[in-house]
Amino acid sequence: MKTAKLEVLSNKQVSDRYWHMVVDASELQAEVKPGQFFNIRCGDEYIPLLRRPFSIYQINKHDQTLEFLYLVKGKGTQRLSLVERGESLDIFGPIGRGFKLQTGHGTILLLARGVGIATLAALAQEAAKRGIRSVAILSARSKNDLLAAEVLQGFGAGVYKVTDEEGNSDVSSVTMLMEKIMQEYEIEAAYTCGSKRLSKLLQNLTAQKQIYAEIALEENMGCAMGVCFACVCEIHDTEGSPRTVRICKEGPVFALEQVVLT
Amino acid sequence: MSKIVDELLNLQVKIGSLTLHNPVMPASGAFGEDMDNLIDFNQLAAVVPKSITKHPRKGNLTPRVCEVSAGMINSIGIQSKGIDYYLSKTIPYYTRFDVPLISSISAYSIDEFAEMAEIIGKVDSVAALELNISCPNLKGNGDAFGMNPEATRKVLLRVLEVTDKPVIAKLTPNVTNIQEIALAAEQGGADGLNVANTILAMAIDIHTRKPKIGNIMGGLSGPAVKPIIVRMIYQVRQVTKLPIIGCGGVMNGEDAIEMMLAGASAVQVGTASFIKPTAMMDILQEIKDYMIKYGINNINDLIGKIETVNAD
Repeated sequence: MKTAKLEVLSNKQVSDRYWHMVVDASELQAEVKPGQFFNIRCGDEYIPLLRRPFSIYQINKHDQTLEFLYLVKGKGTQRLSLVERGESLDIFGPIGRGFKLQTGHGTILLLARGVGIATLAALAQEAAKRGIRSVAILSARSKNDLLAAEVLQGFGAGVYKVTDEEGNSDVSSVTMLMEKIMQEYEIEAAYTCGSKRLSKLLQNLTAQKQIYAEIALEENMGCAMGVCFACVCEIHDTEGSPRTVRICKEGPVFALEQVVLT
Repeated sequence: MSKIVDELLNLQVKIGSLTLHNPVMPASGAFGEDMDNLIDFNQLAAVVPKSITKHPRKGNLTPRVCEVSAGMINSIGIQSKGIDYYLSKTIPYYTRFDVPLISSISAYSIDEFAEMAEIIGKVDSVAALELNISCPNLKGNGDAFGMNPEATRKVLLRVLEVTDKPVIAKLTPNVTNIQEIALAAEQGGADGLNVANTILAMAIDIHTRKPKIGNIMGGLSGPAVKPIIVRMIYQVRQVTKLPIIGCGGVMNGEDAIEMMLAGASAVQVGTASFIKPTAMMDILQEIKDYMIKYGINNINDLIGKIETVNAD
């Protein structure tokens, strides 16, 4: 965990609301793991002021590059979208605990809503490297917001798309889809990000079927260093007692069964 | 050449009987053990861990932080592990560093402040106490002890009955007349004043029509508040000779110098560390650069040295 100035190799709009950025990570000494994130200064000005946390979309060790997929939502991401190729970006990281990927010969299920796929794509990439098959359910508002399907397919992942626009992204439809996937594949572990509604669904289903599952949580962050206690969530520890933990420090990835989803 | 000059600079300042080897320290709540691998704590004026409460506190609802123009609003709600943890873990951790440990205390009542000050004040490795009589988040409407001169005076009087350690009162800026509160703290026996805590604020998401933080209101910090804090330091300097620690929106060396010219003997850095984890080190270097530029050997020659034209 440290600050570094990394050169932006590209920063392009990929749909109405989403952007894709590649940075040169050759200066970065630390190993980067799927599920971890960077806290990025979107500009040098005081507006926007705070850094913004971005999960890692793809880790390209051979090319020594890192990729980020981000939703342009507020002032920070709007400013970031203006950063051009060749400019340097002040990044702080890698931060947090990543995903645990410990499976035998089975398949992993990825359940993502919106930009939640950014962090799960890095996991699919790592899974592919280890010869682990992925199946992904991508949920979004509209077809235009469906992200990363081709990238995931490039990693050999099976991809199912659901959207609000098509009316098949509601909990009951996704439940049926998941049941179908679970009949078809031997799902050994499941991972989710981007929707509390879908995360609750996955929490129930994986508990019933006794499948190990993890969630990458998102929250407004202050310091991302573990000192300000802004980005907290409630978890049940191994003894079952509720405990408040920091997403930047103890997370952002947690065992899904432990997380209190409200 | 500049390195030799740098070493000859006198950066030592005093807060009551407490001697600091430079004027740059962290603000409570924006500093913790996790920063140890990013900056050398021994280079700081002091270490100031997050405010401690007597009993463990869960803190407020999320979101606990949101951004506004040139600032942030936080409503952490003093998430705390309680005094027992503080005594057994936090204080021993910080004793490994060669700089004073200032313990920030938050409490619900005057008696509780005194009780905690007595316990923590007995710990040899604690150099001073900072009374957080100003956190705007603890009660629903953002009220705090430090909003009332009489309550401020009484807290100080009671605490100073039970400890010989230097006591710094962290004032709230959420008052009509900061001078009145500063004087009350002085009358209560404070050794120094922290000017100030965060400013009660609020932000609304116009799309969802919901408050941007879970607690609805919170404390504003960052560059947006600095002119207000500089004004308050200046006002407090007019009525008391107590040493002042300026706190609020210090982002760089220039901001720190500005607060010192207004009357602060030292500064605390909070939000800046979130944006640049090494900010305190940079601020210290920028203060040195300023001193070299203007031929100032002793930093005390800057404190309160604003030049104003006499209106008479």
